[in-house]
Amino acid sequence: MEILNLKGTEDTPDILLDKKNGIFEISGRSLPEDSAEFYKPVIEWINAYAGDANPTTEFAFKLEYFNTASSKLILDVLSALEEIKGIKVLWYFHDDDEDMEEAGQEFSELVEIPFEFKTY
Amino acid sequence: MNFIYELHRTMMSQKLILVYDGDFTQETTKSILAMAERNLDSSGEGSGIKRKVFNVMVEALQNIVKHSSEQGTTAGSLVSKSAIFMISKDDKRYCILTGNPIPKSQVQKLTDNLNDLNAKDKEGLKEMYKDIIKNTQISEKGGAGLGFVDMARKSGEKLEFTFDEMDSAFDFFCLKVNISREKE
Repeated sequence: MEILNLKGTEDTPDILLDKKNGIFEISGRSLPEDSAEFYKPVIEWINAYAGDANPTTEFAFKLEYFNTASSKLILDVLSALEEIKGIKVLWYFHDDDEDMEEAGQEFSELVEIPFEFKTY
Repeated sequence: MNFIYELHRTMMSQKLILVYDGDFTQETTKSILAMAERNLDSSGEGSGIKRKVFNVMVEALQNIVKHSSEQGTTAGSLVSKSAIFMISKDDKRYCILTGNPIPKSQVQKLTDNLNDLNAKDKEGLKEMYKDIIKNTQISEKGGAGLGFVDMARKSGEKLEFTFDEMDSAFDFFCLKVNISREKE
């Protein structure tokens, strides 16, 4: 499967989805003008991956900030991840960022995926 | 040219640290955010408060970007796409202040929405957020309908708002979001 690698900008996150090396990560800032358009290839990649997934998948969210339009799309990404067997979400937050921790907890209540919370 | 000094004095007396008036796009949003961020960094503000200010700024700015396009078609009227964005700072709080034209037909609905938000406590806002995010679709304008809810949650205070009459079709919607600088 091809690697999806999007370099982050001032308003979009870094995205690295690499089946072979088992790296699945969204990190940085997400406040694009058109969040649906931005996350479309990500969701398509995950849907394709779900059909031929690794035995276990640890999907990392290491977000510094996201806007509300992105939060809707992050939920869509998580919903796509629900289809994958052996999936686990690693939700990273700065140890003094209660809002990001709470956001992760809220997402974990909205989908049927195990979340592990980590600080960085 | 007296207005220059007058404007300067107004900015000082209102403790405004940033004012932008004009057209709003994603590009201007990014520039304003970068400027405000530098300002917050150099003032040594705590990271928690900095993040909340940044958060509210993004939602406020993107609200204006999304909704200002509606005014583009009213050629020849007083109403333009022009809006205003400001940040004030004193010892106790930051305020994110915005003003933009909205069609009179939307005033009642917006008033009801904001009053509804203001009637909710922390838990109520959280439930509302989760309810909207589960059920909403991204609109044509790219909004999730979560902006005001998120601003209210990050602020922890009531959203203050007024409408000023512009002409027969439009009112000027003014919004003030407070972010306390005092530790919780």
